Amino acid sequence: MLLIGFTVVGWLVLTAVVYLIALGILSVVVENRRKATDRLVRGLVTVAFLLALIPLVSTLATVIAQGASQISWSYITSVGASTFDPNTLTVTQTPGALQAIVGTLIITGIAALISVPIGLFTSIYLVEYALPKQWLARTVTFLVDVMTGIPSIVAGLFAFSLFSIIVGPKAFSGFSASVALSVLMIPTVVRACEEMLRLVPGDLREASLALGVSKFATIVKIVLPTAIAGLITGIMLAVARIIGETAPIFLAASFTDNFNANPFEGPMQTLPVLAYTGYAFPGKDIAASNASAWGAALLLVILVVILNLIARIVAKIFAPKGMR
Amino acid sequence: MSKRIEVNDLNVYYSDFLAVEGVSITIEPRTVTAFIGPSGCGKSTFLRTLNRMHEVIPGAHVKGEVLIDGNNLYDPGVDPVLVRRQVGMVFQRANPFPTMSIRDNVLAGLKLNNRRLSKADGDDLVEKGLRGANLWNEVKDRLSLPGGGLSGGQQQRLCIARAITVSPDVLLMDEPCSALDPISTLAIEDLITELKEDYTIVIVTHNMQQASRVSDRTAFFNIAGTGKPGKLIEYNDTTSIFGSPTMKETEDYVSGRFG
Repeated sequence: MLLIGFTVVGWLVLTAVVYLIALGILSVVVENRRKATDRLVRGLVTVAFLLALIPLVSTLATVIAQGASQISWSYITSVGASTFDPNTLTVTQTPGALQAIVGTLIITGIAALISVPIGLFTSIYLVEYALPKQWLARTVTFLVDVMTGIPSIVAGLFAFSLFSIIVGPKAFSGFSASVALSVLMIPTVVRACEEMLRLVPGDLREASLALGVSKFATIVKIVLPTAIAGLITGIMLAVARIIGETAPIFLAASFTDNFNANPFEGPMQTLPVLAYTGYAFPGKDIAASNASAWGAALLLVILVVILNLIARIVAKIFAPKGMR
Repeated sequence: MSKRIEVNDLNVYYSDFLAVEGVSITIEPRTVTAFIGPSGCGKSTFLRTLNRMHEVIPGAHVKGEVLIDGNNLYDPGVDPVLVRRQVGMVFQRANPFPTMSIRDNVLAGLKLNNRRLSKADGDDLVEKGLRGANLWNEVKDRLSLPGGGLSGGQQQRLCIARAITVSPDVLLMDEPCSALDPISTLAIEDLITELKEDYTIVIVTHNMQQASRVSDRTAFFNIAGTGKPGKLIEYNDTTSIFGSPTMKETEDYVSGRFG
């Protein structure tokens, strides 16, 4: 009876439940209640972990399955274009993501250049200089908390309207997208760096001050190097968070099929927007547009993985050694 | 190198709270002075006012004078950073810098202040500092390894080496042995006796045997009750403090009849 409507998922769930119950009962009989509870909870925790893994693995698998066929050397190194042949009246699309890769790197890079100094200095102020109950420190902390919750589309609208005022209508530019992303990135950087700086033991600051080292030198040469691994990880996570943002970039930098490496002039393409437009505004060859979107998605995932690897390697190199 | 410390009617405050009241004491050069007393009596707080380290805590300030060879540490024009180069400090918990090698830890005080050193000068200073802290023979083959890899007692001696490499006049020690085993403690106590030749040493300790072993003079601090300020009760030669104290409170404390 149970096998009616057999599916792999149903079968797995059933097996898990039966296994857990059987394990619990058997354990009560053979061992004792305490060990039975231990086994049961262990089992539940493992199941919860596997459940949490399912969406992650399935997303990755889908992106790789759909995107892998799209990715080729020419896809990465050429600018996507559609050519109209007046003799046959057909439009041929050549897939390419170079404009989007370059755009993503430029926009994210500028956003990081703006956010990292501001975020890091804010966190240094909060941890090293502000008194615990000072109104300025509390205000900054409060505002950072509020900014963490800003929806990304609001940041995009902010940047777009800001640059509309400065530049005038059609103010699309990579730089305005960078500003939108900085609005999202700064609070993340402040939070992450603040946590890391607070982890540096006060003992080390005292040791340095007691040697007649100024406060500034103590921060630059003792506190920051001790926390550097965590700081880099935090900053990389913040970058990973904004690199996949679509809505604010779409608003502020629009989209384009043209190659544009100048962040201050004209629309700029990025990978997330390429993925979005591939589905939302496909070209004549709908299948090709969709495939291009999956390719962009996979490239984005690869980019994030590369950034994470770099962060890990750098963190490992700088991590304090010999701590016990 | 060694200098005289003279404290005149010093009050120490944390914001509005009076932590230590009315301390006057003279500490001679080339002596070891021990501060003893129950927990919370303000002896560590007072020690930290001798190199202005208490100012690290927001709201801490003092009234009164601390003279080192006649110069008041609390004159308005005095930079606390420069004070701390003259008056070094060793803490309860060994705190070598985790990002630095043993060698760099010894030279930290100079390097962090951007003093340029040739490699030969650096090597000399490292050897001198580590020999001064009785650590040279144990670590001379692994100077480039991280300081955090040493044992607790070795780390504490590394911190002493670090403190004496900036060549201070006075060395303050805040319970330097309280986290160490008896053998490491003995090593540090021997070291204190040697360092006395060159430095004025002030040590806070909870261990009265230690105070009687290493110090020439002893100051007993006490507190009347929680929330009350700590006071200097008696200051005399160590033998008198432990042998024939003049104050009843001191006698109760050193004979273990306290409280």
